[in-house]
Amino acid sequence: MNLLWDWLSDPANWDGPYGIPVRVVEHLGYSAVTLVLAALIGIPLGLWIGHTGRGRVLVVNLVNGMRSVPTLGLLFVAVLVVGPLLGGDIAFLVPSIFVLVVLAVPPILAGAYAGVEGVDPGARDAARGMGMRPAEVLVRVEVPCAMPLIFSGLRSAALQVVATATLAASVSLGGLGRFLIDGQAYRDYGQMAGGALLVAALAMLVDLVFAGVQRLVVSPGLSPVRATRRDRRRQPTGVLDAAVAHQT
Amino acid sequence: MISFTDVTKVYPGGTTAVGGLSLVAPTGKITVLVGPSGCGKTTSLRMINRMIEPTSGTIEIDGRDTATLDPNELRRGIGYVIQSGGLFPHRTILDNVATVPLLLGWSRTRSRQVAAELLERVGLAPELGKRYPNQLSGGQQQRVGVARALAADPPVMLMDEPFSAVDPVVREQLQDEFLRLQAELGKTIVFVTHDIDEAIKLGDQVAVLRVGGVLVQLASPAKLLADPHDDFVADFLGRDRGYRGLAFAAAPELPLRDEPVVLLGSPVADGARIAAGDRWVLVVDEARSPLGWAEPEVLTGVIDRHHLHRGGTVARLGGSLRAALDAALSSPSRRGVLVDDDGSLVGTVRAQDVLAAIERRPEGAPA
Amino acid sequence: MKWFLGHLPQIGSLLLNHAVLALIPLVVGLLLAIPLGWLARRYRLLYTPLIAGTGLLYTIPSLALFILMPLILGTGILDPLNVVVALTIYTVALLVRTVADGLGSVPDEVLQAATAMGIGRVRRFFGVELPLAVPVISAGLRVAAVSNVSIVSVAALLGIPQLGSLFTDGFARDFVDPIVVGIIACMVLAFALDLSILGASRALTPWLRTSRPAVGRAA
Repeated sequence: MNLLWDWLSDPANWDGPYGIPVRVVEHLGYSAVTLVLAALIGIPLGLWIGHTGRGRVLVVNLVNGMRSVPTLGLLFVAVLVVGPLLGGDIAFLVPSIFVLVVLAVPPILAGAYAGVEGVDPGARDAARGMGMRPAEVLVRVEVPCAMPLIFSGLRSAALQVVATATLAASVSLGGLGRFLIDGQAYRDYGQMAGGALLVAALAMLVDLVFAGVQRLVVSPGLSPVRATRRDRRRQPTGVLDAAVAHQT
Repeated sequence: MISFTDVTKVYPGGTTAVGGLSLVAPTGKITVLVGPSGCGKTTSLRMINRMIEPTSGTIEIDGRDTATLDPNELRRGIGYVIQSGGLFPHRTILDNVATVPLLLGWSRTRSRQVAAELLERVGLAPELGKRYPNQLSGGQQQRVGVARALAADPPVMLMDEPFSAVDPVVREQLQDEFLRLQAELGKTIVFVTHDIDEAIKLGDQVAVLRVGGVLVQLASPAKLLADPHDDFVADFLGRDRGYRGLAFAAAPELPLRDEPVVLLGSPVADGARIAAGDRWVLVVDEARSPLGWAEPEVLTGVIDRHHLHRGGTVARLGGSLRAALDAALSSPSRRGVLVDDDGSLVGTVRAQDVLAAIERRPEGAPA
Repeated sequence: MKWFLGHLPQIGSLLLNHAVLALIPLVVGLLLAIPLGWLARRYRLLYTPLIAGTGLLYTIPSLALFILMPLILGTGILDPLNVVVALTIYTVALLVRTVADGLGSVPDEVLQAATAMGIGRVRRFFGVELPLAVPVISAGLRVAAVSNVSIVSVAALLGIPQLGSLFTDGFARDFVDPIVVGIIACMVLAFALDLSILGASRALTPWLRTSRPAVGRAA
């Protein structure tokens, strides 16, 4: 405990190009880039699958299959295979981001898909019956109603990405994972534990931010607190469960 | 006016949902499509706003072939109410109702204003407008569904079992208010139900469909009850057809009797004196509205509200034979109470007199 | 392939380590999650704090949790116990909610019928509620099992031997074969665990196997 405290309270560790603030920014940078890329792929695809009903089997299998792939192994293979083709600094960065995106897409895809699929068929029917065009049905009814699940998909993905970005240090990238890996190499437990504590805090903070944004963006009419017991039971769970499991 | 000409719907796989349907839903009237499940009633309804495209045949609204119109434009001009309500859970009640006006490009202020007026019209308190659908009861949600369909004041309304998901008491309330609303608005309505009692209560005309979407009989409710086309229709209509048919027969001049009355709160002794040997005496309020029957010989003190026997129904003068007969049959004194339009007592009638009036009708005449 | 055949015994022993590290937390986690889930269900006030609290633990990245474990347990950084406890925490975090929801999925009518027949509370739990919640709980358990297998491999970064060691060895020697073998072995192990749980769940719920009423078929 003392080692941990010493490391955290040493001003030297909070300063310079390898200090804690820089590492935090790096960590958040990798995570943000990954999440944006994964959302750009996963959300439209999920909405399309949910809207058309095509490719449902693909989503379920993809989500279940990806969970069984060990992240660390995937990361190493990507760096060893893709890295030499690129060379330089990006030899580690590109394959790492690629693996992070690959891991983040399934939960986002599943959330968007399950969200749209779970929209009350009556609401969809009524929207069509009022003369909304297919795109209007999607934008005005399906997407807003799917928001809670789209968000839980994004939240799962964000946690997964923050966690996996920690591992990226083992392929010589920056981020908070550096402290864990370097501490290990130098047998400096204080640095390891300090880094670990920071990673844990960052993950919780990210989750909290997402929860807050979700509150702002999702219509109060969709909040489960107000829903009746029966409505809550009707929420689709199969793929959602998959979207929630996100650890690496 | 909506007219079906030889409309057929065959689903991929070969099931015929609707087979050669021809019928006319007249302007300003309620046409009810009724039949067992699989009779194609919902399919027929949904072909009107082209939620389902017919395989063959034409559907015209006021002489315009719907197939030639843009389906979305067509739908914006037709009110559509479905069983589950189909409210948008993410929008407030007010915004739900304002959906079609907004789609039509009305300003937000005007759309909301119209929506607020409609909420009141369907019997919902204005403050409910700020709530979300999941905070409303099933009956309230259905009212919102009706208000939403009415929002752009469409001449035509399609209603697919709108009242079947609520409990019987609420359903009856919604039906009564729906009829009151229709009396004011005079929309051209096509209404789908599987409940024959609802069909008879609401329809100006009722179309009975058989499995495979075949029209078996199209007639007024009275005609349907008096003269079912075949065994299928007769079975579907069920029992007590003669009695239920009386609901559509206006009572002719009935021999009314003056009924001695006593005011609520009078001493029981007065009641006994007025009853003059009869066991029952009719109790009224200041406005001569009948409140119930009292039995003076078992009472003491003054005649109080909780003394009243409330079994008797009250019929309106000029109402149906069924109401008059029921008033007589349900009254403990066997004298049926008749009131005028303001609810004041005009007299009583005995079952035998109503029966005599029924007997006097020409044979075979339903109404 | 050649590398794989030449190192079979080593791979076998790593696989065994991996399986043990993944399985123990699964069993312990389930045993802890059942009473916690029951509490969350039984006392409504406890539901939110329990679910939120375990959910919060779940957000901690695995490598960080492995490293923080010695602070709490007083173990050495290389002690496999760190991995076991950390994974148990994840398993509990995932399963408390599942158990609570699974118990909640049992229809009220069934519970009332059981009570009306004079079945006591404890008996009702083990005889009625828990068996009926098996499908939901086993779905959660399958998710936990598969992610546990994946997470265990991360401990290789700390030098705890299991299939993940193939990743670190391969990476250190710039040699892809062991990494690919390790990935495949991990996936096979995950798949085997998944199937075993599915099989066990099916065996425990014979009433779900007759998915259609027999009447239609017999006619």
